[in-house]
Amino acid sequence: MSAFPIGALRQTGSFFALSLDTGRALFKRPFQLAEFLQQSWFIASVTIIPTMLVSIPFGAVIALQLGNLAEQVGAKSFTGAAAVLAIVREAGPIVTALLIAGAGGSAICADLGARTIREEIDAMEVLGISPIQRLVVPRVLACVLVAFLLNGLVSVVGVAGGYVFNVIIQHGTPGAYLASFTALAQIQDIYAGFIKALLFGLVAGLVACYRGLNPKGGPKGVGDAVNQSVIITFLLLFLLNTVITVIYFQLVPPKAV
Amino acid sequence: MGVEIKVEGLTKRFGRQTIWEDVTLTLPSGEISVLLGPSGTGKSVFLKSLIGLLKPDAGHIYVDGRDITTMKEGQLYDTRKLFGVLFQDGALFGSQNLFDNIAFPLREHTKKRESEIKKIVMEKVELLGLLGAETKLPGEISGGMRKRAGLARALVLDPQIILCDEPDSGLDPVRTAFLNQTIVDLNTRIEATFLIVTHDINTARTLPDNIGLLYRRHLAMFGPRLQLLTSDEPVVRQFLNGRREGPIGMAEEKDAALLEQEAASGEKAPDLPPLQPQISPSDGERRVTQRGPMLARSAPVDDVREILADIADGRSDGGDLFERDESGQIIGEDRIAQIVAANRRMAAQSDDMPGRPAARRSGAGTATAVLERPTATAEDGPDGDAEDSSIDDLLEPGDDRPDDGGVRVVPQRSPRPTPAKRTAAQSRAAAPDPAGHDATAQSPAAHNPAVTRRRTPGPGER
Repeated sequence: MSAFPIGALRQTGSFFALSLDTGRALFKRPFQLAEFLQQSWFIASVTIIPTMLVSIPFGAVIALQLGNLAEQVGAKSFTGAAAVLAIVREAGPIVTALLIAGAGGSAICADLGARTIREEIDAMEVLGISPIQRLVVPRVLACVLVAFLLNGLVSVVGVAGGYVFNVIIQHGTPGAYLASFTALAQIQDIYAGFIKALLFGLVAGLVACYRGLNPKGGPKGVGDAVNQSVIITFLLLFLLNTVITVIYFQLVPPKAV
Repeated sequence: MGVEIKVEGLTKRFGRQTIWEDVTLTLPSGEISVLLGPSGTGKSVFLKSLIGLLKPDAGHIYVDGRDITTMKEGQLYDTRKLFGVLFQDGALFGSQNLFDNIAFPLREHTKKRESEIKKIVMEKVELLGLLGAETKLPGEISGGMRKRAGLARALVLDPQIILCDEPDSGLDPVRTAFLNQTIVDLNTRIEATFLIVTHDINTARTLPDNIGLLYRRHLAMFGPRLQLLTSDEPVVRQFLNGRREGPIGMAEEKDAALLEQEAASGEKAPDLPPLQPQISPSDGERRVTQRGPMLARSAPVDDVREILADIADGRSDGGDLFERDESGQIIGEDRIAQIVAANRRMAAQSDDMPGRPAARRSGAGTATAVLERPTATAEDGPDGDAEDSSIDDLLEPGDDRPDDGGVRVVPQRSPRPTPAKRTAAQSRAAAPDPAGHDATAQSPAAHNPAVTRRRTPGPGER
């Protein structure tokens, strides 16, 4: 690659070109339903268990931290409300994103990278089949779908984990935890969480496919591409999360207590 | 029926590195062409450019009259359906078994029922000797089988053009022979245009109708098989005969000093292997696109060259060397004159490759050069050859250099000398030297003058 700014710009440009191509290929028939289902199942199968295992302690830690803090300021009954807010608005999409990028995206990137260096992608193009339509679109859509579903899973498991820790370890009142849910949280928080998850899934899928289709050199290049894809996705997701959160607070004012 | 591919002035660069430039050739429809070249000369890149996987930096590629370098993506995908491509390692889809791999194009592009697909696939499986392996995954079979499976997949859509990237690399000689026979038989049956990239000289010597040679970032030569096989061009000669002696070195090209040393060593190059007849279809018939001239028996290169020249000049009827049709006419006789003329033209042109034995140049060409530059000899007389003496000075500090009228291999540092310099070198080569040796005489000494007329220190003496 050439000098830093040019090289980075070129990569960014190619990434957006791939994203646009994917957007266009989305509406091209025939839709690759079999590939889409297979990929969705694959990504779900590699992410569900880790997601649950991550979200239980995540919910617990939030509950513990907030529980202690709330107790100090004498608002113990609001622990449930705060935990729900933290998990639904932030923890859910972030955990989802980390797992989609780390487990699903890296698998996609490695798969496409190996196919690229074995010239399978070239062969596909030569057989008159667009790899974007045939491979990238189903994978990106699968990422989006699974991210959406995982976000729901994280929210439920996280809140449940928080409940268990708050009630059993911190001796909180079960009724207070549940009753305060609606005190601070509002329905838009759920929408925001799901929109974030959808966007994170989209970005993770696109970055994984882009890096997978453009590995440098041989087998080592594929390893590097997988590594980069995970890192780039993480960076983009946290940036995106900040932007969305800022916009969200502009659009949706906090609920008056 | 096959489709013609016309390539005009094609240039490809990766960043600042030029892969090849100004490649112009026509792959005649229905004929088998082979593209040769030392490793790393961009043969595979050329192949990928032909199908539009890589975009050339300049030039045009016309497939069936349509320029694929300016096509929209949609058209490009349509045009690619004309092609069947065999990639270096077969490029099979690793997650599918051989049957699904071979059926893939049919399932994607046709609305055929599964029973029909099975029929077509099994036919190709049988044709390429893969029966029994169709349920295996690509990872479970040998490289040779992967290659044949890749070829089977390339064939199922009945392509008009078939491109093969090194079909014979990694195959044993017997399998290579069988694969070459399969290619010839396929060509007989479907009359597709074939382009095969290889560096197997045996394949190159017996399979194709046309041969092209990529060397040093350009197309050194492209023409009928016999034209290249009988060519005097050092690069072509070296490569097609697989010899160490010649301008191609381990790292693409030898430098001038090494070449001189080689010429001076006096080591006689081993005799060239005799030319073999072209592979015929297994039914013994002639392919429609096999236009000849075709050798009827194997014969030494020099004999073939002489007889070709004699036929072209009307001094011989060719004897039993070439195949004849029912009326006794040599098949493709009209092309003999073209071949001989092309080879004479190449020989007459001042070459842009170092290491060419000067005396091999045809008399006509050098004579013209002398006429064009009558003063060149005088200018570049005994003491006046400053322009190309840098290496000589290093090699021969003493005054034992022969006077410069003599013929020798002109050391050339730059890959492409300027035209003026070439003419000068050439006229010097042609000029009679004061000592009375005739530079253009076909004596062994003149052929390799450095042997007798110059003392070049060996590596140990330096």
